[in-house]
Amino acid sequence: MPTTTARATELPKCPKPTDPNMAAPLYGLIATFETAREVYLAAEKVRDAGYRHWDCITPLPVHGLDKAMGLKRSIVPRISLVGGITGFFTGMTMIWWTGAVDYQLIVGGKPLFSPMFAFPVAYELTILFTAFATIIGMFVVNGLPMHYHPVLKYDQIRRGMDDTFFIVIEARDPRFNLANTKALLEQAGGRAVAELEA
Amino acid sequence: MAHTVESAAGAPAILREVKPAVLPRAVLVENNRSFSWITNKICGIIEDKTPTWWWVCFVVALFIASFTVGGITYLIFTGVGVWGHANPVNWAWDIVNFVFWIGIGHAGTLISAILCLLRQKWRTSINRAAEAMTIFAVVCAAIFPVFHVGRVWYAWYLFPIPNSNIIWQNFRSPLEWDVFAVSTYGTVSVLFWYIGLLPDLAVLRDRFYNAGNKFRSFLYGFFAMGWRGSNRHWSNYEMAYLILAGISTPLVLSVHTIVSFDFAVSLLPGWHTTIFPPYFVAGAIFSGFGMVLTLMLPLRAIYGLQDLITQYHIDCMCKITLATGTIVGYAYGMEFFIAWYSANPYEGFAFINRAFGHYAWAYWIMISCNVITPQFFWFKKVRENTTFVWVLSIFVNVGMWFERFVIIVTSLARDFLPSSWGYYSPSIVEIFTFFGTFGVFSVLFLLFIRFLPVMPMAELKAVTPQADVHAHDDSAGHGAAKVPQAH
Repeated sequence: MPTTTARATELPKCPKPTDPNMAAPLYGLIATFETAREVYLAAEKVRDAGYRHWDCITPLPVHGLDKAMGLKRSIVPRISLVGGITGFFTGMTMIWWTGAVDYQLIVGGKPLFSPMFAFPVAYELTILFTAFATIIGMFVVNGLPMHYHPVLKYDQIRRGMDDTFFIVIEARDPRFNLANTKALLEQAGGRAVAELEA
Repeated sequence: MAHTVESAAGAPAILREVKPAVLPRAVLVENNRSFSWITNKICGIIEDKTPTWWWVCFVVALFIASFTVGGITYLIFTGVGVWGHANPVNWAWDIVNFVFWIGIGHAGTLISAILCLLRQKWRTSINRAAEAMTIFAVVCAAIFPVFHVGRVWYAWYLFPIPNSNIIWQNFRSPLEWDVFAVSTYGTVSVLFWYIGLLPDLAVLRDRFYNAGNKFRSFLYGFFAMGWRGSNRHWSNYEMAYLILAGISTPLVLSVHTIVSFDFAVSLLPGWHTTIFPPYFVAGAIFSGFGMVLTLMLPLRAIYGLQDLITQYHIDCMCKITLATGTIVGYAYGMEFFIAWYSANPYEGFAFINRAFGHYAWAYWIMISCNVITPQFFWFKKVRENTTFVWVLSIFVNVGMWFERFVIIVTSLARDFLPSSWGYYSPSIVEIFTFFGTFGVFSVLFLLFIRFLPVMPMAELKAVTPQADVHAHDDSAGHGAAKVPQAH
């Protein structure tokens, strides 16, 4: 298995959890912001500094923050579209197959299949499948459910669901440097910059 | 516009200064409340000790719900004959109640989906409760057709599941379309509701964790899926929410359209009309807003939510009720006109019979509740009197139930041949079953307000001024941004 060994050597060596002298590896730095505007302005600075693996933690969807973070448009709509098309064809195929193939039964002298009478059911299934695709797509793209996350271990994070804002910069970012990144966050207005354990 | 033009020769014809008018915007959260005030207010409803009134209401609701359980149990053991249906009226209260409850649900979807697409921000404080109302109304609605099939243990024959008789459903039937429409509607409503709840469940998870209640923290946390307020997540979440709103809009319109097809596709005078789909949808939204007002006004008073459900919200709801009620009134008139204009004697008779026949009492209850009641909402004084608005909302609910009764029963009782005419009265079992559904609905709604946030906290926070990251760019305030002087 040459590929497995090659990958194994690439991975950084994790400290053994049994070693009491070894601290948990660093996940990143977290900075606190009191208002939506503060986090918005700071996000622009972090974006302009060229970071890629970082995030904002907000209790509400802050309008314009996606742009300030330089996020691309969500890919969820593409998943929804696939779901919708699947739903429509599922409906049409089901009605055609059950009525015109599997058990042919003439009702009221009407054709065995017509897209006209099949339309309402196919329409509803389009919506049903789109809804499932959208929600499952949203969860998959977001990597949820994830009940454990380094950010959730931060003792102040619970305020992030209420009225406080945070910026997290991950240690795996190529530009990450403990001193410089901390300075950037502080210069951007972040308070109580703290280290997060992985 | 000559006076705005520079008089100097050769100067460009432009304004000296641009002064955009300051447009007054309705305040959606009054008294300038902070984010944490919103969190504490909404979560407090769940975290505080269960109030006595809640227990009283819950016990009463359970008692009323037992009437449905009793009525249905008796029906299962005896047969559908325990209902008052007989030739020629083989559809009666069951379908009336079904359409009534489904219609009520429609306001929830209208508020959560259509008003979302139209960027009506006032929806935020009422959408959670209205969506809950939708789901519980669909539950109540589903009871009737499911038990009307007679042998309810065969109700799964409604769905295309392979069975030992290797037969399939008749997809030409509007009733089969209805199965798909209503089950899709119920499912998508639950999904939409759940997605809205997701960030709020995370708030409750953390608050119960801080309070040391590990069990409830676990339960809320389980359904919160590890939500952590990440903006990368919000980005996808907002998109998913928008798409769900986008697909719920055609869904809600199609559901009542298909419900109306149950009648419009038939050949019975009084049913066989093309106006039914828009007329049913307008009626559904009308009745749904009636029910939203009936539920939200007491909730607002009990929990002191006046800063979140403001007079502006009540005004908006009253105006929608007025608009849809007037559309319904127009449809009543148009039905009469078409009955005359079509020159079809059966159609003409059906409508004269509605207004002046054996069921005239029901027709005039319908007209007074649905056409006259909403007209009070033209007056600001009326809209500001919440008690009166609440009473009017009850009349709307009553009127819309009678609308379905009038459409369904009068048309069936007097069809083409006088020899097959009849008169329908409900049996006591039907009355009990219907009465009990109000208990079923109330039990579910009471559980909802006890255990889930009645308002979407994240969305409420997003409509407060402090959520606007551009609000303090200028000292002049909203809508009066300084524009550099033209030169």
